[in-house]
Amino acid sequence: MRRALFALAIVAVLLWSVAPALWQALTALKPDEQITKIPTVYLPNPVTFEHVTALWERKPFGRYLLNSALVSAWATLLCLVCAAPAAAVLSRAPARWRNRALLGLLWVGLFPPILLLFPLYEGVRFLGWINQPAALIIPYAALHLPLAVWVLESAFRALPREIEEAGRLDGLRALDRVRRLHAPLAAPSVATAGLLVFIFCWNEFLLALTFLTRDGAKTVTAGIASVAGSSLYEIPWGQLSAATVCATLPLAILVLVFQRRIVSGLTRGAVKG
Amino acid sequence: MSGRERARDQWYLLLPAVLLLGVAVVIPVARVILLSLSRVDLAEGATTFAGLDAYARLWGDSRWWSSWSNTLVFTGCSVAVELVAGVAFALLLHRTFRGRGWVRALVILPWALPTAVMALAWGWIFNDAFGVANDLLQRLGMIGAPVAWLGHPGTAMAALIVADIWKTTPFVTLVVLAGLQSISADVLEAARLDGLSAPQRFRRIVLPLLVPTLLVAVAFRVVQAYGSFDLIYVLTGGGPGGSTETVSLYAFQNVFRYLDFGYGSAVATQAALLLAIAAALAAALAGRKGGRA
Amino acid sequence: MSDLRGRELVKEFPGGVRALDGVSFEAPGRKILTLLGPSGCGKTTLLRVIAGLESPTSGSLDLDGLDLLGVPAGRRDVGFVFQNYALYPHLTVAGNLGLALEVRGMARGERERKIRETASILGLEALLARKPGQLSGGQQQRVALGRALVRQPRLYLLDEPLSNLDAVLRESMRFELKTLLRRVDATAIYVTHDQAEAMSLSDHLAVMRGGRILQYGTPSDVYRRPEQVFVATFVGSPGMTLWRVTRDGDGCRSGAARLPLAPPSTPAEDFLAGIRPEDVEVFASAAPGSFQATVEGAELMGARTLFTLRSGDALTRVLAAPDACAGRVWVRWPPGRVHWFDPATERRIDGAIGTEAR
Repeated sequence: MRRALFALAIVAVLLWSVAPALWQALTALKPDEQITKIPTVYLPNPVTFEHVTALWERKPFGRYLLNSALVSAWATLLCLVCAAPAAAVLSRAPARWRNRALLGLLWVGLFPPILLLFPLYEGVRFLGWINQPAALIIPYAALHLPLAVWVLESAFRALPREIEEAGRLDGLRALDRVRRLHAPLAAPSVATAGLLVFIFCWNEFLLALTFLTRDGAKTVTAGIASVAGSSLYEIPWGQLSAATVCATLPLAILVLVFQRRIVSGLTRGAVKG
Repeated sequence: MSGRERARDQWYLLLPAVLLLGVAVVIPVARVILLSLSRVDLAEGATTFAGLDAYARLWGDSRWWSSWSNTLVFTGCSVAVELVAGVAFALLLHRTFRGRGWVRALVILPWALPTAVMALAWGWIFNDAFGVANDLLQRLGMIGAPVAWLGHPGTAMAALIVADIWKTTPFVTLVVLAGLQSISADVLEAARLDGLSAPQRFRRIVLPLLVPTLLVAVAFRVVQAYGSFDLIYVLTGGGPGGSTETVSLYAFQNVFRYLDFGYGSAVATQAALLLAIAAALAAALAGRKGGRA
Repeated sequence: MSDLRGRELVKEFPGGVRALDGVSFEAPGRKILTLLGPSGCGKTTLLRVIAGLESPTSGSLDLDGLDLLGVPAGRRDVGFVFQNYALYPHLTVAGNLGLALEVRGMARGERERKIRETASILGLEALLARKPGQLSGGQQQRVALGRALVRQPRLYLLDEPLSNLDAVLRESMRFELKTLLRRVDATAIYVTHDQAEAMSLSDHLAVMRGGRILQYGTPSDVYRRPEQVFVATFVGSPGMTLWRVTRDGDGCRSGAARLPLAPPSTPAEDFLAGIRPEDVEVFASAAPGSFQATVEGAELMGARTLFTLRSGDALTRVLAAPDACAGRVWVRWPPGRVHWFDPATERRIDGAIGTEAR
């Protein structure tokens, strides 16, 4: 009896978690008449891919996905490259400084992002970077630096000091040591940090919306907004749903494949706090 | 290697991060504060120092106050529900069962998907004519006629809160799960042998030991919900009639629609300042309580 | 009286692991029974089954004739002392001691009286307001004990309670623990892998391995008459010397070494012969029944030295006075103190057994 209730609870939680995304997928595959039918038609019959094809014809969705991937990848790289050395320093710093620095980083990471938007916009416009990937890559790397440093710092701290000392005696300079010792030895954590940063970059909306105005330059989140149009009334729901699915599928796959890593990275960071 | 060399090396290592943060965070924040103290005249292209004028104006701005109260309502309700739901989910996921990995992966899915994109999905769910929310509620007999969720102030806020809860409960769940895992199983067994029933064990052992974790989760979530933009912009746009407009949105409108850069900056700065004050108070309170105990 | 009786207890875990493979035992009231064995032998599992933390796959368990298996864990009236103490981190020492009483609805006044009583028995009065995090290992261990003591249960179950203490503390606590258990006149089941601890604490000993009880008896019985090779080598330190021998006329032979020792009068030809280092006799010159050996090693162990003597390819270990052996000596295994085992079944063969009083 207990076990049945437990199973029921798990199923309920699962349904709750996937329902909205699932509903989008179902809507995307329904012919128009079924989308706007009352009472609601739940399962598409027959399944149609017309919305998906229309979407890809109407909007450069492939381009959006590519832009998102590029921006996120570069931002992640930049972020890790800046975070790793800093994390290495913090991991060996005396506890007082380390805690202060980590706490300070925490504050930085929690700013309401709206605060930064306009000055960044000014800067981006001044540099002529509107619609350029650099406009997003640099702010993204900065915004997610705190998270990366938190994850990497605890991993680096767990490495035995002796290895760094051996490296130093072997003549390795500081940056080399980070590159050749810290990073490879803490590779799983580096991967975790990278994964989390990548996901956050992909999902970012505010900066992408503001800095990318040309369709071909948009990332997926900004592009979706353009599919939606200005009001929620004349929306091609079928296409919109198709857009949602296309935008979220890569991430869903990423999460399912790397779930253990993501969970451990998040919880470790959170417990630290 | 001398101490000086080592110190120099350390500064080199810190430089990229410091530069990055300086350029993309510190300087912008400084600029925003400066702007909030300025008047930008687009026609003349001139920026003049205006002191605290913008803040004075904010004080009398009813739209500011309503956006602030909307923010508080949104934050308070979301976080409260997420806390309870997160603990419940974490308790479920804490047990070992077959396929737990998959279940966990699906449970964190909402958190991993882009907020802005899923906001559109929720818009469709809450659609007044064709939305599945209305359909389900009607089938379950909970409402008589379709509700225009996004058309009325109260229900729009409710829709927002539901969408936010869906999105961020996984985060709370994971944090609480980590907290649960740090409670040694032995201690719970000792409690069982001491004669405590399951609800008693939860109330007297698990919950007290979870308090630090819960505080962390609440702190994170309050700050995140306070600064929420994506969800609200896409799902309701602040409407209807500004009833779901939060401070982030108000700041955005001022800057990008009304082109009132100084004022928009003031809105953002003031909102951040109020949050910082609340956080500092909370930290001081927590510190004092911890110290006394 | 608190007699605990277990019959044919089996515990199988998913995956087919049989932690308990048909264990039957008796723990007479007001006595200390020790479950002794290497890790993985099932001793902790058995303890947990008795506590109610695990349910056996099959078998019966009763206390004074009443079936215990039907009673849920919180109601079995057992006091459990965990290896890692498992103290409630957020409660004070007083809180830890009193929780079980509070849950039972005991009035505050009486509860506090009992807490103070228990605290004074264990020397914890000064620590009542502290939290576990502020206590040393030894203090935590006493609180864990106190938590069991305060309820005055019928049965005490102790899971390696001393293993987390350092060696010096462990020895002093061993004595204190025994005195304490005697004082409360408790029926106790004690789990350990430390045979010295088991020998000194127990009234009865059950040596376990692979989910079964290999031998049950008083420490003295188990030491003097091990029924199995494993018991013979596990109990007693330094360990027994075991030779694999073949009958050779009226003696036996191990490789090149000949032992002027008559094997038991059975039809078998192969045996395992064992002798404890403290029973071996050593002489400077040939004596009746002795054989030659050269001293290969000597380890000083305080008052005595453990010598390793080589005869051919076989080694004998002897515990003797520090200057007893040098160079070449003559060794004798007194027939009355030799233990004989069947090499195939590893069971004791009764021929000549160590019944001489020591």
